[in-house]
Amino acid sequence: VTPTLDDYLVLSAILFAIGTAGVFLRRNLITILLAVEIMLNAVNLTFVAFGRSFGTVDGQIIVFFVMAVAAAEAAVGLAIVIALFRHRESLNPDMFRLLRW
Amino acid sequence: MLLFYVFGGIAILASLLVIAQRNPVYSVLLLIASFGALSGLYVLLDAPFVAVIQIIIYAGAIMVLFLFVIMLLNAPHEDTDEDLARGEAALTRGGSRGVKVFGALLAGAFGVQIVWALVSMRSEAPEASPVSSVAAIGRTLFTEYAFAFEVTSILILAAMVGAVVLAGRAGAGEEQL
Repeated sequence: VTPTLDDYLVLSAILFAIGTAGVFLRRNLITILLAVEIMLNAVNLTFVAFGRSFGTVDGQIIVFFVMAVAAAEAAVGLAIVIALFRHRESLNPDMFRLLRW
Repeated sequence: MLLFYVFGGIAILASLLVIAQRNPVYSVLLLIASFGALSGLYVLLDAPFVAVIQIIIYAGAIMVLFLFVIMLLNAPHEDTDEDLARGEAALTRGGSRGVKVFGALLAGAFGVQIVWALVSMRSEAPEASPVSSVAAIGRTLFTEYAFAFEVTSILILAAMVGAVVLAGRAGAGEEQL
């Protein structure tokens, strides 16, 4: 028995929920970024599964664009984390509640 | 089907441990394990090129970037007593716990809802024949998606410049901000 599209979608939904939980539950900026990566990968799995199901390569190509955006997001996000850490010596997002520098 | 459960189980378990870890270095290593399992799932989905890219780009490049930053900052573990002591008066332990409970409920409700919706409407759609050749991917990428491909290069350039400006040397960074 081969796994169906629904199996992949359920797995992807579970991974996405884990990522969402991580963003809300963790109080460490780097772990929050890692949880965002989990969510992005869950979506990638959905794209590939749908592309396989429809018999097109478009799903796989969208995955490349998602990866490019994820790389850009990680670079800028980590740069912001470094700047914030220099300023406050903390990675706790609760320390950065003011829009004032 | 067995491989699907093995890879899926590893992915879910590793992702849960990423969330549960207190030390961010372990989180990154577990996330790499999760990406490896996802890569196996891509192979099962007849997408070997995506599987290879997943390992090279995600596990090889992006996660190493995370590791660099963690070790550069010598990041403190979260929720230590000093952190809580340094937290401002308005943010008490209770407030933080409220946010956590809300987040857990939201994520849980979200997950249950999606899984239930997907399970309750199982489709019997016929599986199309797989398209897995790298040549087909490249042809589509450079014809149909050529514009998006070029725009992506500008996005990457902008992200690079932004990262350098934000995380440049301390003095230069302060001036820019």
